[in-house]
Amino acid sequence: MNNVSAVKENVQISVKKKSQIADIWKRLCRNKTAVLGLVIVILLVLVGILSPIIFDYETQVIKTDYSNTLQPPSAAHPFGTDELGRDILIRTLYATSTSLSIGVVTVIVALAIGLVLGSAAGYFGGKVDMIIMRIMDIFLAIPGTLLAICIVASLGNSIINLVIAQAVAATPKFARVVRGAVMTVRDSEYVEAARAIGAKDATIIFHDVLPNSLAPIIVQTTLEVASVILSIAGLSFIGLGIPAPMPEWGAMLSASRAYIRDYSYMCMFPGLAIMITILSLNLLGDGLRDALDPRLR
Amino acid sequence: MSEDIKKDLTAEIRDLVVEFRTDYGVVQALNGLELEIERGKTLGLVGETGAGKTTTGLSLLRLIPNPPGVIVSGSIKLDGKDILSMSDKEMQAIRGKTVAMIFQDPMTSLDPVMTVEQQIAEVIKLHEEGGQAEALKRAREMLELVGIPGSRGGEYPHQFSGGMKQRVVIAMALACNPELLIADEPTTALDVTIQAQVLEMMKGLREKYNTSMLMITHDLGIVAEICDKVSVIYAGRVIEHGTLEDIFKNTRHPYTEGLFNSLPNLEDRQAELKPIKGLMPDPSNLPKGCAFCPRCDYAMDICETQKPGRTYRNDTHYVECHLYNKDNIHEGKVKSR
Repeated sequence: MNNVSAVKENVQISVKKKSQIADIWKRLCRNKTAVLGLVIVILLVLVGILSPIIFDYETQVIKTDYSNTLQPPSAAHPFGTDELGRDILIRTLYATSTSLSIGVVTVIVALAIGLVLGSAAGYFGGKVDMIIMRIMDIFLAIPGTLLAICIVASLGNSIINLVIAQAVAATPKFARVVRGAVMTVRDSEYVEAARAIGAKDATIIFHDVLPNSLAPIIVQTTLEVASVILSIAGLSFIGLGIPAPMPEWGAMLSASRAYIRDYSYMCMFPGLAIMITILSLNLLGDGLRDALDPRLR
Repeated sequence: MSEDIKKDLTAEIRDLVVEFRTDYGVVQALNGLELEIERGKTLGLVGETGAGKTTTGLSLLRLIPNPPGVIVSGSIKLDGKDILSMSDKEMQAIRGKTVAMIFQDPMTSLDPVMTVEQQIAEVIKLHEEGGQAEALKRAREMLELVGIPGSRGGEYPHQFSGGMKQRVVIAMALACNPELLIADEPTTALDVTIQAQVLEMMKGLREKYNTSMLMITHDLGIVAEICDKVSVIYAGRVIEHGTLEDIFKNTRHPYTEGLFNSLPNLEDRQAELKPIKGLMPDPSNLPKGCAFCPRCDYAMDICETQKPGRTYRNDTHYVECHLYNKDNIHEGKVKSR
């Protein structure tokens, strides 16, 4: 008898756990634009994972073919070819993995550092806040692209340095957003109540303060992935991003600008890829924010 | 006098002075507050808004926001141990375990993004052995105890009504069987029918667990309902203290009289209310003599210049007012309706 009820209880608990995730999922599905964003993001991730497997880097992605330069879109080359005779479709697809992985890794690094610094500054206030945020202000005062240029120029042009440069530029933005969000939650009564039950500062920050400040952080994160992709494209455009001949949307845009008048399709496709990626990430971010908030059920 | 008799005290506050030092001046929130709560008994702390009631409650947990709040002098003892000399770590072990607090507004004192059973389980995990599953099980038992089906533990605070939220808050406060429960106006945010339910429940739980309680309120009806003793607080000082009977039947202080006269009279519905005139004195600029003097109908010259001392009517009842001395304390001077 006892055993049966114990089992029953266990089942109930696990059902409850699952239903929370299911609830979030259900709420996300109700938001049509968010689902659209999610579908496109999943597609992009699949493309990013599959294209390096399907396409051979040496023979299909970077091999030049001077008999086939600047072809307009056709059955053989749906997006046409570039000035070195490379297929733009393959290069655009292949670039997805580069752009997405750099964007995501950069944002994870920046988010981790920004989360720690921002929540410490917002929660403790006073001198801690003063010191951390003034340092962040110094970084914010330097234009992100300029900062990235300085770092890439001094450390050398490689993907890791690019991630470092972007992360350094993005960290203060996260710190600011997290600090602001934490400060609005810090003085709420449930935080006081958490103190009154004897919780430690770290427990309060991770259990009460951060989960309640998630909304702006999630939005900032998705927006930031988009903006990092954009700024890598920008850096590649001025020749400081992904080293040639590796395909990257920004670098492809940069290469095509000389031909924009006669061969506009060359810049159109990588440009479209950037636009779709950023749009879908933003849609997904907004939808996630709404779905994760239990109050909006 | 009464101090000579050794009592079993859960909490004891002696001569506590708390100030809030702001840019605009020093606010004297508590000025020599004295308080004692006997084991298993309930003390009512009654006073107007701004009298220092909540500050007193927070002092017992040492949670006065600092800065700007500073405990200037005095002592606070829990179970005979001075908490003002304890380390932060020792205090964290006490909060929620030995002393628990029920906050004024259940709408805002629950974390909106955590399920209620998780919030209750958090207290248990912080102070007791056993893992997550054990804590969750106890949390559900606590919910049942306050009259909420345990199966609703997985829901979020916004899915509960105000009265149920207050029950959750109470369940949280009682989760670790605290020795002292501080209830800061626990029913202010609730409507009258729910108030009665919650009070009834608190009474039952108090008896079941033999918890001492500090009931902070401005509602004399609640005091009559649930308290054993009453301290009337004005401008950060206890101006009259006694048992329920002392305070309700043998009112001495003009301020306490004013509080009673501000209540509607059920027997004479035509009677006009007689509220206390004026407002609480500015706590950053308290009068030199008795703090109540500017509003008092019985004020004398001495009231303006000298702080009144304590006069005992019996072992349990004292009052701080110039109207009384040893000889005339037994005859009341104020006229209650």
